Amino acid sequence: MAETPVKIQFRSTTYTVGSTVILDGISLEVHEGETVILLGESGCGKTTTLKMINRLIEPTDGEVLVEGKPTTEWDPIILRRRIGYVLQEAGLMPHFSVADNVGLVPKLQDWEKERRAARIIEMLELVGLPPARFADRFPHELSGGQSQRVGVARALAADPDIILLDEPFGALDAITRTRLQREFAELVRSLHKTAVFVTHDLHEAMLLGTRIALMEKGQIVLSTTPDEFVRSELPLAKQYMGTIAMR
Amino acid sequence: MSFFQFLQENWRELLGLTREHVVLVLISTGLAVAIGVPLGVLLTRTKSLRTPVLGFANVMQTVPSLALFGLLIPIPFIGGIGARTAIIALALYALLPVIRNTVTGILGLEPKIQEAAVAMGMTGWQRLRLVEIPLAMPVMLTGIRVAVVISVGVATVAAAVGAGGLGTYIFRGLRQNDNNLLLAGAIASAVLALLCDFAIGQVAKAYEIGARRSVGRKFFSFGFAAALILFALSSLVPGLRSTASETGIEKIVVGSKDFTESVILAEILAQILERDGIVVEREFELGGNIPHDSLISGQIDVYPEYTGTAYTAILKHPPLTDPQEVYKQTKTEYAAKFDLVVGPPLGFANDFAILVRGEVARENGLQTISDAVPLARNWQAGFGQDFMSRADGYPGFAKVYAFNFAKQPREMDLSLTYRALQSGELDIIAGNSTDGLISALDLFQLKDDRHYFPPYQAVFIARSTKLGVLNAAFQKLNNAISTEEMRNLNYEVDGNKRSPHEVAAEWVRSN
Repeated sequence: MAETPVKIQFRSTTYTVGSTVILDGISLEVHEGETVILLGESGCGKTTTLKMINRLIEPTDGEVLVEGKPTTEWDPIILRRRIGYVLQEAGLMPHFSVADNVGLVPKLQDWEKERRAARIIEMLELVGLPPARFADRFPHELSGGQSQRVGVARALAADPDIILLDEPFGALDAITRTRLQREFAELVRSLHKTAVFVTHDLHEAMLLGTRIALMEKGQIVLSTTPDEFVRSELPLAKQYMGTIAMR
Repeated sequence: MSFFQFLQENWRELLGLTREHVVLVLISTGLAVAIGVPLGVLLTRTKSLRTPVLGFANVMQTVPSLALFGLLIPIPFIGGIGARTAIIALALYALLPVIRNTVTGILGLEPKIQEAAVAMGMTGWQRLRLVEIPLAMPVMLTGIRVAVVISVGVATVAAAVGAGGLGTYIFRGLRQNDNNLLLAGAIASAVLALLCDFAIGQVAKAYEIGARRSVGRKFFSFGFAAALILFALSSLVPGLRSTASETGIEKIVVGSKDFTESVILAEILAQILERDGIVVEREFELGGNIPHDSLISGQIDVYPEYTGTAYTAILKHPPLTDPQEVYKQTKTEYAAKFDLVVGPPLGFANDFAILVRGEVARENGLQTISDAVPLARNWQAGFGQDFMSRADGYPGFAKVYAFNFAKQPREMDLSLTYRALQSGELDIIAGNSTDGLISALDLFQLKDDRHYFPPYQAVFIARSTKLGVLNAAFQKLNNAISTEEMRNLNYEVDGNKRSPHEVAAEWVRSN
């Protein structure tokens, strides 16, 4: 694992708003092909950590490197187009058809029309939405699970190396969520993407993660593989294990 | 004359006025959108500008329309009389709904959508063009819809600054007590407002999410817009002709106030000038003190005025009852103060006339104002805004005659007081002594036995540089029209519904 190159690196990254410390000097390396889970309670700073990677937020101290270059030195537009992003509850453009939503980033990157159309079909098939039935629909005509599939297709459309996911399956019902989690785990492994995935659900973390970074109060308190996470003596980790046992 | 007969005879003019109205609304709201939308977008990006800019637009909308027109007149470049001032004023009115709805439309978008747009790597411009504007469009269109409907309404007031439009009929109808004119003006502007409202509503529907199926609707709305623009443009073609005459030759711009007598007098002067081969441009039916302001700013060259008005309302002197003295002092001071020439008296005076219904006068044997004082306790009085406020108006009048009305006099539009008196809603009003309606509506003028009212001799007031061209006409009109004659001329227009142009032409032919 350590042999693969580092794609994302946090170096004592701090983020404060006024006197409130949101991120307290975190350090983390994400290697190519890894799926790193940022696990923690609401307000622990995991979403902030995620948004630093595509420079939706800039650190107030320390730095975040993507492919060896600090995010503040990247052109944010180029950086973001190279990174897929899946939002909670999809965040699809309500006035775009499914096809236009999926083809958005390729279009921003001026792909030719034919190439874009082919890519849209490929992506919709990849996420299990038959293009003939779904391409012309609008987001308000989709179920929650279908929307999120479109969200994933949109994030993957421009073939980014890195994909960021912010509790993508959080708002779905249990059955849909489980199915999507399985399919997604499959997808990420087969496409060999580097993924950073925010969740508060340990079950999801265990299923999808190659590594789990447990966060509390703006700090990463544990960064380890799922197998080691189970054996961790850390009280917070044990608490999380309790949530699984209760299922 | 029935309304349909009226329409049959006047549809061409009505169409022309509607066209002017459409031009005013189209250009002004176009201007408001061109300024308001970018400004609105700027406000969504710069929070600190939001309060002052929206505040300014808010204030603009609370200024009464006639006041705004009045304020704009003396301002160079954007002011003056005519369509330009009206368009600026209308655009200022239309600005608020456009800016506000652009701001609320964009800021009201779901933060998640905005975040997604940024995270997908859209530039600021792409975000605006692909996401914010399309999604805010229904709200923005509602703002534009409101702006257009407001403009259609406010544009009727534009007639007061000589900008034309359907307000011309409405003002004229009020003045001449003519329901056909009122109805035609009001119905046409209401229909116009409804049509615009409907058309923009259809455009808004085309922008609703998932509306790609209703291509027909888009065609319809663009078709309507195109038709409106074509209709408006068609007015420019004959419009070119009148501006062509502006080159070279001596031209006189004749103005008038916004009541029948002033229009007739201005028309008489204009026709005499035209008979002598002078090019005349008419800027008639200007409200309030706008003719005076326009004379000073050089927008018009001459207009009919009354010595009493000039002396009290413009020179701000306390009322004086000696006609010669008023004329002399006005002439001297106008020359010194404004460099304006007061022409020779036209021969009649249009004094304030205290009027009651004829039957009331006959029943009670009323002759003078003093006769009416004991009866007036239970009367409802009604006066024009002018009479209520001026130095030689109501306060002094009530004091000199010791009037004691139980009910506060109604302050209302002068032309409406005639109707209200006739219908019995008012019992005493202050009209004008040369008004044709006095005999037409069987009203009785009470004699001013205490000589309260100052004399209102009719004169022309002109810019001194134009006196050379105007002098011959002035001499011809010197003492040429008696009070009786003026009342008849007024009645021909107000009572018999003939055009001032025609009535004036008759007078010019026979004199």
